[in-house]
Amino acid sequence: MNWGVSELTVTFGDTVALDRVSLNAPSGRVTGVVGGDGAGKTTLLRCLAGVVKPAAGEVRSPPRERMGYLSAKSGTYPDLSVEENLSFSAQAYGMPTAEARVRTEELLQRTGLAYARARLAGQLSGGMRQKLGVVRAMLHRPELLVLDEPTTGIDPVSRADLWWLIARAAAEGAAVVLTTAYLDEAERASWLLALDDGQTLAQGTPEDIASSVKGTIHRADQRPTADVATRSWRRAATWRIWTPPATEAMTMPAPDPAQWELVRPDLTDAVTVAALAREAAGHGGRRPA
Amino acid sequence: MPLAEAAAVTRRFDDVVAVDRADLTVAPGEVVGLLGANGAGKTTLIRLLLGLLLPTTGSVRLFGTAPSRETRRRLGYVPQGLGLYEDLTPRENLAFAQHAFGVERRVLADDLRRFDDTPVGRLPLGVQRRVAFEQALAHRPDLLVLDEPTSGVGPLARARLWETIRDAADDGRGVLVTTHYMDEAQECDRLVVMADGRVVAEGSVAAIVGAARAVVVVTEQWQRAFERLERAGMAVALVGRALRVPGAHLTDVAAALSGISADIRESAASLEERFLQLSRSTQ
Repeated sequence: MNWGVSELTVTFGDTVALDRVSLNAPSGRVTGVVGGDGAGKTTLLRCLAGVVKPAAGEVRSPPRERMGYLSAKSGTYPDLSVEENLSFSAQAYGMPTAEARVRTEELLQRTGLAYARARLAGQLSGGMRQKLGVVRAMLHRPELLVLDEPTTGIDPVSRADLWWLIARAAAEGAAVVLTTAYLDEAERASWLLALDDGQTLAQGTPEDIASSVKGTIHRADQRPTADVATRSWRRAATWRIWTPPATEAMTMPAPDPAQWELVRPDLTDAVTVAALAREAAGHGGRRPA
Repeated sequence: MPLAEAAAVTRRFDDVVAVDRADLTVAPGEVVGLLGANGAGKTTLIRLLLGLLLPTTGSVRLFGTAPSRETRRRLGYVPQGLGLYEDLTPRENLAFAQHAFGVERRVLADDLRRFDDTPVGRLPLGVQRRVAFEQALAHRPDLLVLDEPTSGVGPLARARLWETIRDAADDGRGVLVTTHYMDEAQECDRLVVMADGRVVAEGSVAAIVGAARAVVVVTEQWQRAFERLERAGMAVALVGRALRVPGAHLTDVAAALSGISADIRESAASLEERFLQLSRSTQ
């Protein structure tokens, strides 16, 4: 199956939260949605999960009983134990008891949650609670698994367990759609949609997005000055400088070719450039709420 | 002389050893990244360095002396929760902090001034984090301690925050940063990795990754391959359209995948993979 959205527009009052966004989410693929605070990631996932009604466009998602959804706020009952959370879910989805027990046990063991099975979800660490939330969302083998920021603020060891669950769900044939604010993590998805301020910045494999940069990117050892400073940013001990296509002709030859080295953009460069371009155009996710 | 120095520091809570003979230094002008899973001891070590906790054994020196009220004045700290007053504007937050430290008024950075009249609680998270940085830097501290400084912000906002961090280091300040993200770790001059209360690795990214390897599998039938490697008891991860098995032998992976057409090769481990190995080997 190919779930997803087409030409999706969502408005909240006068604010356009999503503007004609399209995304396919085929079975067995991990599809990532990236973007900063307020980009529209959560709204897109809430549409897929059927909790937000779009103003226009199409949402293709399975009926609720064949979908798993973990919201960014909470995905567990704090007053129930780990096991009770899962058996409650299994019952809600009508899973046969024996099958639910075997699957619960396997997923708890593999993610290091088994020893905490009797603990209340509200008393778990952030990483363990998040693992429980993902196990709960995928327990009934949903066809579409929607996870909103499953790893934000989670330590790398728990995050590795979370990514194992995500890969496992995809290996079982689920279409997985997840959001993240981190681009190193986004590279683990095989398809990405980059959003900014409700609009599509880029879409494709991480490599596609990296090579979609318009203009050129240089690396410099010295901080760029004057007008160049506004289209540069720092990466570790060096600076990146973006030259948009329109100004390429004007800045040629480069101010000091000996100090500027042309680089092949990576995913982080590409998404940063896209955000810079929108900022330069006068609208870039910086509006007061 | 280092700005901060922990020497063979141990801290016990009842019979739990939270920090176990840890060494750590931060020199002027350097950005040191502190990595560790939850429970590895990072937060306790930071609290020891800030002088909020006393070591059970070992010594902590800040600016060459024991942590005190005086050393607090030379320290800027941004906690995970940011420590801002949400109902005050950025300018009011800054004025309040400057008053507390008894330093002269400093104005907000140019690009923050347009948020002057908005209560902090209503600003985008990236802007809130910038304000928290400005506040921590307001009294020109010699040492800056940042706990997960960019959690939850987008790439451009993160790049801008890192610009502020690197500028502070260029200006001669020392910076200690905790992070869960390897991209961010690579922005640091030096890394200190903790696991189970101990410092288990230290140095540049290259030094920490060292000779660690991973086996990379690319195949159309990744789902079958994933199941096979799982069943063979290997720690397999899905990264883009490839499967990665850190620390495995090429021949074992090939044996587990017999009958599946796949491109199997070895590559250097990533920092994250090496970090996971270090963290798990102590559990």
